[in-house]
Amino acid sequence: MRILESVKDPEVPVLSVVELGVVRDVEIDGDAVTVVVTPTYSGCPAMQAIEDDIVSALRAGGVANARVRTVFTPAWTTDWIPPAAREKLRAYGIAPPSHSGVHSPVQLRRREPVLCPYCGSASTTPRSEFGSTACKALHFCNACTQPFEEFKAI
Amino acid sequence: MSEPFFEYLLRLGDDRLVLGHRLSEWCGHGPTLEEDIALTNIALDLVGEANLVLQRAGQIEGAGRDQDALAYLRTDREYRNALMVELPKGDFGYSIVRQFLFSTYAMHQWEALSACADTDLAGIAAKALKQSRYHVRHSAEWLVRLGGGTDESHGRAEDALNDLWRYTGELFATDAVEQALVKQKLAVDSSSLEAVWRRDVADVVARATLTLPPDGYMQRGGRAGGHTEHLGLMLAEMQVLPRTYPGAKW
Repeated sequence: MRILESVKDPEVPVLSVVELGVVRDVEIDGDAVTVVVTPTYSGCPAMQAIEDDIVSALRAGGVANARVRTVFTPAWTTDWIPPAAREKLRAYGIAPPSHSGVHSPVQLRRREPVLCPYCGSASTTPRSEFGSTACKALHFCNACTQPFEEFKAI
Repeated sequence: MSEPFFEYLLRLGDDRLVLGHRLSEWCGHGPTLEEDIALTNIALDLVGEANLVLQRAGQIEGAGRDQDALAYLRTDREYRNALMVELPKGDFGYSIVRQFLFSTYAMHQWEALSACADTDLAGIAAKALKQSRYHVRHSAEWLVRLGGGTDESHGRAEDALNDLWRYTGELFATDAVEQALVKQKLAVDSSSLEAVWRRDVADVVARATLTLPPDGYMQRGGRAGGHTEHLGLMLAEMQVLPRTYPGAKW
C-alpha cells in the first residue's frame, strides 16, 4: 500500500490512485501481487497510464510478480475520495466533488453552488459541464474573477 | 445462448461507437471553445462505453475477435446500430437534438441494464448510467436555450426534431433476439423504455417552447444491418488506417 500511495493520477498529480478510489483491493499470493482497480470514466485515457504506473512502481519496490486486474462493480464514485484528499484538491486549485446523490434525470440547473477553491466564494457561475479531462467541469468565480475546475461528483 | 447475446451487445456497442464518431467530428468546429470540449468529452465517453461493450461482445463470441477487430474490421452490413446515430452531424442544433433524444434513451437503458444477469454488462451499465446523466443534462440545457433563443435557433431546433422523429421508433422496437434474452434477464425490453423516454422528452421539448412531432412512419433497418449510405462513408474514414496498415501501432 505504501508503494501504491506513491502512484499519482497522471492528470491530477496531487492524488494517489488509492485516494482517488481507483485501487479497490490488493491480493497477495506468495510473491505474486495483484492490484484490483476500477476505471473512473469509461473513456478515461489515463487508466492505461495508471495501470502501467502501478506495475512499474511495484517492480521498482521489489515486487517482480505484479499485475493489475480490472473490475467494474461497484461502479467508481467520487464519494470514495476521503476528506483529506478533497482538501488536497482544493489546495491544488480544483473544487472537490460534492456528494454524488441521485439527481433528477433532466434537472436543468445545478444544485448548490460550487465554492471557489481560491477565495471560497459561493458566487460562482458554471461555464461548462465538461473540462480539460473527463472528470472535471469548468466554473468562473465572480468574486475573485478566477476561472477554475471542479472535480465532478459522479 | 451466446449468439443472441453477442448480437445484443453489438447493438449496444455500435450505437455508441457510431454516435461517438459522429460527435468527434465536432472537434475543432464547436461553436465555442467550451462547447468544443464538451462535445468531444461526450464523444470520448461514448467511444469508451463502446470499447467496454465490444470487448465483452468479443468474449461472448469466443472467436478471438477483440474490440478493435469488431470496430475496424466489420462492414456496414455487419453493424447493428440504430439509423439515428449514423446520420451526418448536421448543424449544431441537429447534433444537440439527436444527442438529447439518444442520451435520454441511453440513460433509461443503462439504468435497466444495471440489473443485468451478466455481471460484466451490469457493471458497465452502472458506470455508464452516471455519465449519461451528464449527457442528458448537457443536451437538455442546450435544447431549452436553442428553442427559447432567436427565431433562427428555434426554427433550426424544430426542423431537427421533425427530421429526426422518424428515427426514434427504431430505438424502442423489440424482436425475437431481444425477447429471448429478456427472459434470461440479459437484456432490457426496448419497448418498455418508451413511456419514460417520452415523458422526459415531452417535458424538455415543452420547456424549449418546441412542438413534439406527430408519430408517423418510423424508419428502421439498422438492427438487421440495413443502413443508410452515410454509415459506409463514415466507416471508410474510421477504418482506413487499420485496414491499410493491419496491426499498426503508435
